[in-house]
Amino acid sequence: MIRYLVRRLLQGVLTLFCVVTIAFVLGRASGKPAALLLTEGATAQQIDELNGRLGFNRPLGEQYLDYLGGLLRGDFGVSYRNPSAPAITLIAERLPATISLALISFAIGLTVAIGAAILIHITGSTRLRATFVWGGSLRQAMPDFFFGVVLVLILSVGLHALPSLGFTGPLSYVLPVITIATGQFVLYVRLLDSALSEQSTQDYVVTAYARGKSQAAVVVGEMLPNALLPILTMAGMNLAGLLGGTVIVETVFAWPGVGQVLMQAVSTRDFAVVQAGLLVVAIMFVVVNLAVDLLYPVLDPRVRLA
Amino acid sequence: MNDSIRADVPLLSVRDLRIVSDSGDEQIVLVDGVSFDVFPGETLCIVGESGSGKSLTVLAVMGLLPPALRIGGGSILFQGREMIGLPERELRSIRGRGIGMVFQDPMTSLNPLRRIGPQLTEAVRLHNPRASRKDASARIQDLLQQVGVTQPERSTRAYPHEWSGGMRQRAMIAMAMANDPDLLIADEPTTALDVTIQAQVMQSLARVRAAHDSAMILITHNLGLAVENASRIIVMYSGRIVEFGDVATVFEQPTHPYTRALLASLVTGGRERIPAIPGNPPSPRNRPQGCAFAPRCALHAGRDVCTQKRPELRPTVSGSLSACHFAEELLMVGTAS
Repeated sequence: MIRYLVRRLLQGVLTLFCVVTIAFVLGRASGKPAALLLTEGATAQQIDELNGRLGFNRPLGEQYLDYLGGLLRGDFGVSYRNPSAPAITLIAERLPATISLALISFAIGLTVAIGAAILIHITGSTRLRATFVWGGSLRQAMPDFFFGVVLVLILSVGLHALPSLGFTGPLSYVLPVITIATGQFVLYVRLLDSALSEQSTQDYVVTAYARGKSQAAVVVGEMLPNALLPILTMAGMNLAGLLGGTVIVETVFAWPGVGQVLMQAVSTRDFAVVQAGLLVVAIMFVVVNLAVDLLYPVLDPRVRLA
Repeated sequence: MNDSIRADVPLLSVRDLRIVSDSGDEQIVLVDGVSFDVFPGETLCIVGESGSGKSLTVLAVMGLLPPALRIGGGSILFQGREMIGLPERELRSIRGRGIGMVFQDPMTSLNPLRRIGPQLTEAVRLHNPRASRKDASARIQDLLQQVGVTQPERSTRAYPHEWSGGMRQRAMIAMAMANDPDLLIADEPTTALDVTIQAQVMQSLARVRAAHDSAMILITHNLGLAVENASRIIVMYSGRIVEFGDVATVFEQPTHPYTRALLASLVTGGRERIPAIPGNPPSPRNRPQGCAFAPRCALHAGRDVCTQKRPELRPTVSGSLSACHFAEELLMVGTAS
């Protein structure tokens, strides 16, 4: 078990190293940032001078080693736009907004999907299934930015019930959470419905009925845990994706999250911030995936390591 | 046991059972005109090829037909009570208590994510809500010991994948017997097991069944098992009963060419050969108009009645029921040889 964990952690570190390197290479490949920092009328000489001052005229190998060395010391560099702010601080102060939005939306989407799938299979109602599938298709047909704007128009502008932009208190969560959670819900309710249908024909389910178990108890106690197993990996990847920031939703609702700050940093070639942000996102990916891998043996005794 | 139940009052009485599948406009008849009784304490064997409708028949008795299928007619009386149309709640109180069932494949019959112990004790607790966990557990340990599981206290903490097929089937037998059912249904209980284990598991099943005086319906395609265990035998072919009688009579004087062919393959084919009856059973979608077995039948010999008129199950002089127009010819051949 410990050896497995160590191996997985080393794999994670390798993944992070690759992400860091790719972020560096892609960033440098896109050009030097000085032209974007200066006003439009800046001369080529001024631009070159600023690039030189920021260290971008040094050989790439030197810049790379310098960067890696900084990472090991926990130094991610400073934002070129905002030299007083360490890049990592800019990312870190946005993390709570992103993480809370991601976790709440994910939890609600998944929980409601589980409830709906259970309901479909306990009642055996084809009408209920059709309703969820139809509603799901409708939601999926709308891109997040459109669905989000519709929500804002109806609930904020029309009914004045909820705040539409930024973060002004707990109520601010409602609209972005609805937007993300409904998207997640659609995904999981379909996967779970088909996974439960598959389980319902398994022999152990017939055995459970044969010993006198009720349908509700069989669906929840026997079929659901088996149906959740194949969903787990996908749910983990989705959660990791949400934790990395949802650029579109954050933009629609002016949500002060990581996605937004990363977008800005990319468009202004604020390399230090992009690199710090990508590293943080990658760390969350690695951590969530590791958590999922560790969860499998807890849920499924067949994959438990000796 | 209730002494007022006389041996001639059937425990289970199936009459004209019909199982159909509605696919589109077409109705496919999978089981038709099946009638039989099971008396307290007896073992009735049902044999037939896969697809002959034997498993569907007993699943219908349990009220556990797959969703795509339904009972198209007939009657199933268990202890005098009509099972068809019985509310789910009442069916539930019979499943696992009045009727216990052992399934074909022990490798897939237990939930892989739950420990074996709780899955078994649940069978007790579902029908005795006031039984403590400890009492239910003691009952299961006792049953497991009866079916030959050593050290049941320790091993029930295991998960199904940690048990061998033979052990799991013993666990399934213990589960089926958890509430002393009056009727035990065993659907090919040893088919999925290693040959070396089959006899042991069958012995455990027979022993525990006898000790609890349960009647049994044993489904098998192994005629040897039928001889060893059953008093009466039903032979099914393409959704219908083709022969029904005492095991000894049926084996000595088969009154249906299908039974005869099955027996012949048992004798000459040995253990390694699959019964060598030429051809395949007809699909339920396009059964021949006359006798379903006619295309494969050696006795048919081109006679029109076989292809035009469906033979009804009828008494023959041997004492067995037969669904063959020419059952008597078989009996003559049988005595002549």
